Amino acid sequence: MDASLYASRRRRNVLATVASYGATFVGLAWLAVILGVLFWQGFSGLSLRVFTEMTPPPGAVGGLLNAIVGSLIMTGLALVIGGPIGILAGTYMAEYGRHGRLTSLVRFINDILLSAPSIIIGVFVYALIVLRAGHFSGWAGAVALALIILPVVVRTTENMMRLVPDALREAAAALGAPSWKTTVKVVYRSALPGIMTGVLLGTARISGETAPLLFTALNNQFWSTDMTRPFPNLPAVIFQFAMSPYEDWQHLAWAGALLITVTILLINIVARLILRRTRT
Amino acid sequence: MNEPSVSTSTGTGSGTGPSTGNLGLDPGRQAAAVARQPNDAPGHDKAPAASGRAKLEIRDLCFYYGKYKALHNIDLDIQDRKVTAFIGPSGCGKSTLLRTLNRIYELYPGQHATGRIQFGARNLLDRADDVNLMRSKIGMVFQKPTPFPMSVQDNISFGVRLYEQLSRADMEERVHWALQKAALWNEVKDKLRQEGTALSGGQQQRLCIARAVAVKPEILLLDEPASALDPLSTQKIEELISELKTDYTIAVVTHNMQQAARVSDYTAFMYLGRVVEFGDTKKLFTHPAEKQTEAYITGRFG
Repeated sequence: MDASLYASRRRRNVLATVASYGATFVGLAWLAVILGVLFWQGFSGLSLRVFTEMTPPPGAVGGLLNAIVGSLIMTGLALVIGGPIGILAGTYMAEYGRHGRLTSLVRFINDILLSAPSIIIGVFVYALIVLRAGHFSGWAGAVALALIILPVVVRTTENMMRLVPDALREAAAALGAPSWKTTVKVVYRSALPGIMTGVLLGTARISGETAPLLFTALNNQFWSTDMTRPFPNLPAVIFQFAMSPYEDWQHLAWAGALLITVTILLINIVARLILRRTRT
Repeated sequence: MNEPSVSTSTGTGSGTGPSTGNLGLDPGRQAAAVARQPNDAPGHDKAPAASGRAKLEIRDLCFYYGKYKALHNIDLDIQDRKVTAFIGPSGCGKSTLLRTLNRIYELYPGQHATGRIQFGARNLLDRADDVNLMRSKIGMVFQKPTPFPMSVQDNISFGVRLYEQLSRADMEERVHWALQKAALWNEVKDKLRQEGTALSGGQQQRLCIARAVAVKPEILLLDEPASALDPLSTQKIEELISELKTDYTIAVVTHNMQQAARVSDYTAFMYLGRVVEFGDTKKLFTHPAEKQTEAYITGRFG
């Protein structure tokens, strides 16, 4: 054994270890700082009023109720529109068109959609719906969010269904099961936790989207559940209030940011729990 | 002399050579062999097609993975309520042959078979036939246990529900029956509602056998059913095969020669996509007609 070679390898090993720990620390430190500041400022702005009162004019007291409800409605609608379409498309790609050229094409386009800047989606829906209707609306917002969640769901559905071993499909087919039955009763059942995780992560993603909503739902200072009118939502309120010079608005913006972050955090945790439970 | 076995032999052992012209003779030979009586002199029994009744008659079967020809003009009969074993080195085509018998290969594009597999009045390779209905009559168990992600009970009722509408009580009865057939009932009778995937490997495999049996097929195809299992589970599976053959026609692929010798009535030795020798198991293992067979069973290759 060449002692000097061994020593130099040890040195390099130590160096690499320190470097990777350092990189990890730098990466995580920012997250910790962001979360720390957010929790500190957010909790100071948080009160029961946030959940019970409407967004106030400057100088008045108020909450975020209309924005919270508006965001929930639009996110929910986006999920209802994008979820099923995404799951069905992913099912086609994983089960029926697995070897087809259409599938490769769809996957390619879907990947582009997946990484498309959300503001582009916003402008697209603006041109498609807002311009034609002549006004901003909750529907337009929901459609924009649906377009953002759609590729996420397509991607995870396809991936998760492909992870189901062919042996299971063969076993079902060998019993005389037609392919749709195999898909619904066997493959979905195996892939369900993964698909749900994908849908949840997609939901987490759209619940914080701001840019596409500015072009579509805009915002609404008042209580509104009329989807054909400009629609209240948290991200836009945060944008507006945080940029404002009014201190009480800024406090509410912090509280709203905290709410969204905690929601996304919770969704992520739930998604992880679902995945972990099925692995054991 | 070295008379070719009923199955199309490679010809490498005989002096005729692997010419295609040789194949043209086979149907005639086959017919003659089929006509032979079961109590034919055992010493000349190179054609097990002779004894008993054929459940599946495989004729001139070729199989292709894309352009690659994996099976070459297979001819052999699988006897009713007997165990037919397929042995041979890896890649010889024994699993491929088994997978043609229920057309499971059709799940993958680019794989196709030509020739004839007579099953009752039909050629089961006929694409006009309902493949799912056919598969419900020809069950299959795979190398690795494949329990569905559902309860033990649902694993079994899944297949039954496809073609039968049973009352709750009848279904429970069927589940019970199938689990007993697969010698699993005593081990899982308190776990019927537990996930099938939570059972041990050997139990999972017997669950798969129970699942296949539950739909009351006529034929069971077993693709190395014990190769992923421990010796004790393997023994159980082998015992099970011997018991099941009173009711079912069984075709089993195995790379374990002792297993083939223990469980089967007939054995086909395959090599390079051809059936080299096919005959009575005892005979094939004690007095193989072909040199290749002898070399393989004595462990000189493969």
